Amino acid sequence: MAFATALRCRECSREYPLEPMNICEWCFGPCEVVYDYEAIRKQISRKSIEAGPLTVWRYRDLLPVGDGPVVDLHAGYTPLLKADNLGRMLGLDNLYLKNDCVNPTYSFKDRVVTVAATIARQMGFDTLACASTGNLAGAVAAHAAKAGMKAYVFIPADLEKVKVVGAAIYGPTVVAVNGSYDDVNRLCSEVADNYRWAFVNVNIRPYYAEGSKTLGYEVVEQLGWRAPDHAIVPVASGSLLTKVWKGMNEFKDLGLISEVKTRMHMVQPLGCSPVVTAHAEGVMSVKPVKPNTIAKSLAIGNPADGYYALKVLKESHGTATAVTDPEVIEGIHLLARTEGIFAETAAGVVISGLRKLAQSGAIGKHDLTVAYITGNGLKTQEVVEDSVKTWPVQPTLASFRHALAAHGHA
Amino acid sequence: MKQKVKFTFPPKLVQEPVIYKLGVDFHVVTNIRRADVDDTQGWVVLELEGTQRDIKRGLDWVREKGVRVDPVSGDVVEG
Repeated sequence: MAFATALRCRECSREYPLEPMNICEWCFGPCEVVYDYEAIRKQISRKSIEAGPLTVWRYRDLLPVGDGPVVDLHAGYTPLLKADNLGRMLGLDNLYLKNDCVNPTYSFKDRVVTVAATIARQMGFDTLACASTGNLAGAVAAHAAKAGMKAYVFIPADLEKVKVVGAAIYGPTVVAVNGSYDDVNRLCSEVADNYRWAFVNVNIRPYYAEGSKTLGYEVVEQLGWRAPDHAIVPVASGSLLTKVWKGMNEFKDLGLISEVKTRMHMVQPLGCSPVVTAHAEGVMSVKPVKPNTIAKSLAIGNPADGYYALKVLKESHGTATAVTDPEVIEGIHLLARTEGIFAETAAGVVISGLRKLAQSGAIGKHDLTVAYITGNGLKTQEVVEDSVKTWPVQPTLASFRHALAAHGHA
Repeated sequence: MKQKVKFTFPPKLVQEPVIYKLGVDFHVVTNIRRADVDDTQGWVVLELEGTQRDIKRGLDWVREKGVRVDPVSGDVVEG
């Protein structure tokens, strides 16, 4: 049974029917899905969730889709790993990593797109679309393929070919826009207005974004039905951080857990850190910036949900941290070498941000801490190419022994 | 045609009547829906109505003045 009842403007609270729209017609504020929580409360329990599929769809009652089949590549229910080695290095006894590298297209975007593709099909769309420089493109193209829908993926014309392959393999139409980052944004907004397509993060955005709540639900469930003391979340548009917080608080409001005392910590790359800057300046207005960072998956200069992410920081007594590009790379290496997880640049931001938080004392040694690892390192290999250092040997045991000795391994 | 946009003003332009001039000089009807402006910075979310040519000329002029112009829904391009 579907429990979503309406869309509501987050600014003026006007309500609208559940249709493909993202902006309030009155004040142009962003719209969000409203649910009948009283009805959900009667239906949902820890037991009912635990009996569900091992995907995001175990939380279906809290997602804005109607009855019927879903577009499912098995997104979600990814591992929550105790990170003892990394924790030891950072002085944290109780550190966990939410490893979303292992989603079907190797990033957390599968969570939002499985919801977007399902609602798009239910609304009668035959085409999924997005503008992306990586993760989102792959998730949209793959889910469109599974759903038998057409897909249009817009990319900047100068995007490296290797980044396009992860989307192109699923057979979408790839539109390479010859222009700046701002030009691509402008064109895609106009395309979304002019074509009856499900543009996942434009006219379907209120539904799409709800998929990120599952990263809050899962962590709570996997910790044995409790919210962590700290959550470290990478921020691009700001949507992920707000939805993780919303998910944990929905569980509390529904009586599934007793409290949420989680401090939400946002991290951004210094080359694109408009929300961290606003937090540091003590203002709630996020000034757009031109992104300049290797962490491309976080390079959103004009974040749609920056203001709401700042509100979450206020509510949760959280912090905001920016890290440099060299620190991003250090973070990727640290995660790989301590925990065996090769993650993309956003995770480098998270791990280096986590290290700063631990060093500053913002996170206590025994605090239950969860860091969100949102994408796979195979997608951004170019930033760590320098880590390849080989021992050249001849195909003889003597040559190998010589190399061992030369490197002090004998 | 109509177009929804967000203007972000740098400090030096906060006191200039940019939106007024957009209407008078470029024949674009401006309809402000939300705004947050103080002495040092500001943004305005508004709807523009006019011919495609006038809106384009008007927005080009606004950008030249140093105002940042964005879609109201934030950046669409994601990682």
